[in-house]
Amino acid sequence: MIHSLFLINNVGDLFLEKHWKSVISRSVCDYFFEAREKAGEPDNVPPVIRTPHHYLINIYRDKIFFVSVIQTEVPPLFVIEFLHRVAETFQDYFGECSETTIKENMVIVYELLEEMLDNGFPLATESNILKELIRPPNILRTMVNTITGSSNVGETLPTGQLSTIPWRRAGVKYTNNEAYFDVVEEIDAILDKSGTTVFAEIQGVIDACVKLSGMPDLTLSFMNPRLLDDVSFHPCVRYKRWESERVISFIPPDGNFQLMSYHISAQNLVAIPVYVKQNISFFESGSSGRLDITVSPKQTMGKVVECVVVTIHMPKVVLSASLNATQGTYKYDPLTKILVWDIGKLNPQNTQKQPNLKGSLSLQSGAPKPEENPSLNIDLKIQQLAISGLKVNRLDMYGEKYKPFKGVKYVTKAGKFQVRT
Amino acid sequence: MTTMQKLLQLPVNAVNIVKSVQGVAQGQEEALSPVLTPDSGPQNWYNAVQPEELRHLRSSSFGGGGGGEGSDDRPAQEEGLTSIQSQPLRHDDLKEMLDSNKDSLKLEAMKRIVAMIARGKNASDLFPAVVKNVACKNIEVKKLVYVYLVRYAEEQQDLALLSISTFQRGLKDPNQLIRASALRVLSSIRVTIIVPIMMLAIKEAASDMSPYVRKTAAHAIPKLHSLDPDQKDQLIEVIEKLLADKTTLVAGSVVMAFEEVCPDRIDLIHKNYRKLCNLLIDVEEWGQVVIINMLTRYARTQFLNPNINESLLEEGSEKAFYASDDEEDEDKKAEAAALAKRKPYVMDPDHRLLLRNTKPLLQSRNAAVVMAVAQLYFHLAPKAEVGVIAKALVRLMRSHSEVQYVVLQNVATMTIKRRGMFEPYLKSFYIRSTDPTQIKILKLEVLTNLANETNISTILREFQTYIKSMDKDFVAASIQAIGRCATNIGEVRDTCLNGLVQLLSNRDELVVAESVVVIKKLLQMQPEQHSDIIKHMAKLIDNIQVPMARASILWLIGEYCEHVPKIAPDVLRKMAKTFTNEEDIVKLQIINLAAKLYLTNSKQTKLLTQYVLNLAKYDQNYDIRDRARFIRQLIVPTDKSGALSKYAKKLFLALKPAPVLESPFKDRDHFQLGSLSHLLNAKASGYQELPDWPESAPDPSVRNVEIPEWSKCTSRKDRKEKKVEKPFYSDSEGESGPTESADSESDSGSGSESASGSEESRSARSGSESEDSGEESESEEEEEDEEDQKKKKKRLEKTKARKAVEESAESEQSSGAEDRKRSRKMVKNQKSVSESDSESESSESEEESEEESEEESESDTDIRKKKAPVSKPPPKPSKKESKKENKEMSLLDLDDFEPAPASAPVTPVNFLSSSLVSDLEGLSLTDTILAPTTIAPSGSIKMYELLHRITGEGLAVEYCFSRQPFSPDPNMVAVQIQFTNNTNAETKNLHIEEPRLQSGMRIREFSEIEVLAANESVTVVMGIDFCDSTQAANFQLCTHTRKFYVSIQPPVGELMTPAFLTENDFKKEQGKLMGMNEISEKLTLGDKCVNEHVIVERVTATANLSRVPCGSDKECSSPPPPPSAPVYRFAGKTVSSGSLVLVTVAMKDSAGAQLTVNCEKMVIGTMLVKDILQALSQ
Repeated sequence: MIHSLFLINNVGDLFLEKHWKSVISRSVCDYFFEAREKAGEPDNVPPVIRTPHHYLINIYRDKIFFVSVIQTEVPPLFVIEFLHRVAETFQDYFGECSETTIKENMVIVYELLEEMLDNGFPLATESNILKELIRPPNILRTMVNTITGSSNVGETLPTGQLSTIPWRRAGVKYTNNEAYFDVVEEIDAILDKSGTTVFAEIQGVIDACVKLSGMPDLTLSFMNPRLLDDVSFHPCVRYKRWESERVISFIPPDGNFQLMSYHISAQNLVAIPVYVKQNISFFESGSSGRLDITVSPKQTMGKVVECVVVTIHMPKVVLSASLNATQGTYKYDPLTKILVWDIGKLNPQNTQKQPNLKGSLSLQSGAPKPEENPSLNIDLKIQQLAISGLKVNRLDMYGEKYKPFKGVKYVTKAGKFQVRT
Repeated sequence: MTTMQKLLQLPVNAVNIVKSVQGVAQGQEEALSPVLTPDSGPQNWYNAVQPEELRHLRSSSFGGGGGGEGSDDRPAQEEGLTSIQSQPLRHDDLKEMLDSNKDSLKLEAMKRIVAMIARGKNASDLFPAVVKNVACKNIEVKKLVYVYLVRYAEEQQDLALLSISTFQRGLKDPNQLIRASALRVLSSIRVTIIVPIMMLAIKEAASDMSPYVRKTAAHAIPKLHSLDPDQKDQLIEVIEKLLADKTTLVAGSVVMAFEEVCPDRIDLIHKNYRKLCNLLIDVEEWGQVVIINMLTRYARTQFLNPNINESLLEEGSEKAFYASDDEEDEDKKAEAAALAKRKPYVMDPDHRLLLRNTKPLLQSRNAAVVMAVAQLYFHLAPKAEVGVIAKALVRLMRSHSEVQYVVLQNVATMTIKRRGMFEPYLKSFYIRSTDPTQIKILKLEVLTNLANETNISTILREFQTYIKSMDKDFVAASIQAIGRCATNIGEVRDTCLNGLVQLLSNRDELVVAESVVVIKKLLQMQPEQHSDIIKHMAKLIDNIQVPMARASILWLIGEYCEHVPKIAPDVLRKMAKTFTNEEDIVKLQIINLAAKLYLTNSKQTKLLTQYVLNLAKYDQNYDIRDRARFIRQLIVPTDKSGALSKYAKKLFLALKPAPVLESPFKDRDHFQLGSLSHLLNAKASGYQELPDWPESAPDPSVRNVEIPEWSKCTSRKDRKEKKVEKPFYSDSEGESGPTESADSESDSGSGSESASGSEESRSARSGSESEDSGEESESEEEEEDEEDQKKKKKRLEKTKARKAVEESAESEQSSGAEDRKRSRKMVKNQKSVSESDSESESSESEEESEEESEEESESDTDIRKKKAPVSKPPPKPSKKESKKENKEMSLLDLDDFEPAPASAPVTPVNFLSSSLVSDLEGLSLTDTILAPTTIAPSGSIKMYELLHRITGEGLAVEYCFSRQPFSPDPNMVAVQIQFTNNTNAETKNLHIEEPRLQSGMRIREFSEIEVLAANESVTVVMGIDFCDSTQAANFQLCTHTRKFYVSIQPPVGELMTPAFLTENDFKKEQGKLMGMNEISEKLTLGDKCVNEHVIVERVTATANLSRVPCGSDKECSSPPPPPSAPVYRFAGKTVSSGSLVLVTVAMKDSAGAQLTVNCEKMVIGTMLVKDILQALSQ
């Protein structure tokens, strides 16, 4: 399975290595660097690179390449999924997964890696178990550690491994028992030039933050479970009950976790919350172009559309933009050729004055005009609304005596929301 | 940053300056061997530990120690250099810290050392200082020391041994976690000397109370195996033990070990198969992946292809055949029955169990698990059920781009085989401008594969958007995709072509070039209609600079110069001008064009051609010079040029087949999907081939598990017995036949009857078991079922279905007379099932038709003969017998059976008798044996004389080896004795007396024959255990008046019974019987041994062996041996000791062959070789 792991930053510095079997020289990464060079964009590095004696399976995440060395046949997804799990664990431990935090917590990182894999095969990947084995750092503890000279390694031996429920440790205690659920939906859509929908779908997740004492057994039910077309669950969910009763029954892990993700069946028409009118054109002569974009709310179910941002990857020849925005601010970065228009809130009442961005683009003189108009990527957010109409009916708890506080929040966001021009 | 570090911090650069001079030499040496060479490690260390020498430097060395933390910002190389330079000194202070009494100091030192290791710096010279602390009380220090040890133990083996005793102590610790961690570290230390210690520790841990320790033991197995492969056998024992473990914690890890150590020992899985299937959902995600992948392979070896009927149904002729069934003559009916017998497919319940238990895992959050299930379904599920995976795979497309990449690769392969599955999700593969290029190209591939007549217009519209993309690689791929759609779907070819032609005026040269190449391929399919496109392209040659595109245009013009007679010479003229500046591929095409024009239009182009050829003659590239010379010789007729130049036109202007544009993912599915090998399209090391489906299912009973008595439940076997109870008594209702067919249909979804495959053998076996079973109500048994297996409703349904199947078998067995009737009914049943091909059949109609068909099928003796014994299970079931049934099924499937009734009227009798009949007879009850008519010895069974008519005074006795298992004692050879009384008086009290036998031999006499009337004959069966030798058995045959001394000497071939082996098993077993146990002989085949049938027949006539399926002919779908040299394999085992006898006849050129016999009993082997040789060379 996984033989070694190298962490390489964006510029190509190798800053951490860990071997689970015998040591493999870091020179094996040269093959990776070669592929990295060839790919140009970090996204384009092939996830699996073949070298004479090894296979390198890598992921790119948070500006770090996690490069694992494989020697024998293994399902590539197995490794990829594991590497992402490692990154998530780092994120969980240090708040963010970046080169700086990893370097700051080198010893913890190393210990984590040691616990997560044994002989290249995953051993403990559940964050609850890991946190018992190795305590995450926090400011207070760091200070105490400095004074007393102890480290982050757990002093008591973990019991979680041996409980029947691997994802939850025993003996959890809270003074305030609370369970929060966030229903987050994302709209993935492709709109064509005329504004008609080429493709649209809704993907949702339910994130949970459960802080309950003891061993609570929760049941979450929906008003309209038929909406859900395809679901995937955290391992804690009892699949059989979902199949038969369409309720989600589970013993939750302690703390934050993603309970489920779902897909709304394609039969339901997806409400597109905004309407985008755009006109981008480049002129053959004069090395210039025009841009005119109007964004207005549409089908928002009476809610306010917030955090609207339009991002455009301009063609290489666009040197600068002189535009005028009636609402919000715009920024054009001539280096990355990205135009960002941060609109903010869309006011549903004021239908006359819709946010508009208008002006001219100057092109590199002499260069031929771009073949294609750049497409618009739209970001937005609607609070208190699940665009699919999904509603949580109730949450019941069994197995414990106290009365927990329960809360549900709905948010709709734009996922990969693209307007072709 | 801790206080300690702060205290230690000094300006690093200052230290470096001081050190740089003496650091360089040492630094270089270390740089050469940072970690890898263990030899240099100790050397460095020895230098470093001598405190006296370095003491004077120590005062300044503190800076280096602290500096490590702060020096991160500098570029890696500089950092590396710095660390090397300051290493010996820094390490010195670390050593001091490690030696101190304070745990906090030790901990600080260890943390810094671990940080060094993490950065890939060499800390090996600290080994002795660190290893001292292995026994440290502080658990934090201890852990870090473990980390260090695992990293460096391999390099400093001697010193590492110091720590072993600590771990050994740890292995005995009352705390399970300490035991586990001790084992983990112990097994991670790659030191060969401690292999025996590791072995011992693993063995002990494998039977530890704590499942966590057992899990660790499972992890340790592959570690030890990679350290010392010689331990394999012992490790396999441990794996076997751990496989039997019932905790989910262990399951994943042990299967992982299994896959790494002994992936081919599939036999270890049998007993654990059902348990693994049932535990699967509760195993942790990573274990699930490994288990599912392993079970996929397992299922491929143990179950039948669920899609096997696909091809059969597609033949189509069968329907008509059945429709006119009633009018057909008997012969055909027999054949129909045989076909019907082959056709129905019933899924093994275990196969179903696997599919059912993996399906929920499609909902897993882990992409690897979803993919594993998806590939399992793709490789194992019936075609109709594979669709469920599409949705889950499409979901994965939302995941990280690496996941997308892998999933798309697999989807691309799947879409080629099963396009329909993904068609509803077409839009999910639409491409966004923000996708990485590699994802875009894969999506494009999928879209292209999905394109068909109905959706092509939408897809083409999408493609049009893609062509405008800024990503040029992607545009090129899009154009190629359009080309492929155009070739695959005739309707849109013109549209695509027009679209591509429009692209020719695109400003981007790459786009144009790519279009030209694709257009060229398209035009090649139908050039006549597109001369204007060719003209258009000819005009483009002035503007296009991309060599490949230019070459393509030139080739097109040359190839179709007759369609553009005016333009072509002009193009050549232009090209001749620029010839010297062109790229090589363009030059070659110019020569090509010139040659073709010369041949078609020599008047205009003769001089131009000469000119071009002359230019080419002096080209720098030898390929071009060669080509020019060659073409000149070919096309320009000279007096020397031979016959070839006459055909020059044919050579150059031959019709060229259009290229086939096909997906690069075609045929990739011979790799297991989801595997690394599939992704790379090349075999990765350690890849386990996905085996082909077996021709016939191996014995399913191997998966039966005896559940210990202490548990409340009864074993599976017992349950079955009980299940049979009810149907047994309700038999008189006469429903069993129809119910059974209806039920089993609903279970498996395919037209199924009881008479198929594994299902039947199972039912037969369990049916017979019921004879001595207790009496328990059915409901009770169901309750237990629920409790024990935890498989609730579904499971119950299934058992019911199976029950129904068993029901019929049971009822058949119940009585002889009814049995006949029923078997006919079954035949009828089958017929109607296949006739209507509908899933629902009313039982009433069944009954009615039965009456009608009574007479008809009465005459159908052929069928009955075959049927009756099959449906009658042996009276006392044993594993051996159940196996036999199974084997018999496989024999029916063999296609050498097929031609028997029709083609050769002589051979079939022999043939049937040699393999089939004898087997069928083996299944019959004792009373049928006593009824000689059913088993009238046919020609091929050789009769031997025991007592001649004259010596016997009118009593003639003959015997033969009936080749049926002797039911009272399976270790005996059955000898069938026929007495004929040729006198006019009765002979009385025929019996055996005073057997005189060699030691070990046993005899089981037939029961005395009271009276044998005049001119009557009677047949009896006796059993003799020859102890696997050919020594004669002597005894006296007594009548009421006389005694005759007689002896029976068996030919060696009769000392064995057929054994069923798959080809793989055969090869495996053969591998075990090499050397002394292998006897090989060359032979020349006799004149009559011309075809396969004769050879098979001869061998099986000589020895009681069964043919190993999947041998040599068309039914063999696994790597087919070259047709010129077929190999026939036969397997059997000796009757008394059960040693395997493997016979291989490998055909060589013309009449030569190689005969190989592998047998543990050498004497038998030698004799068998002799006999078979004789048989074959006659």
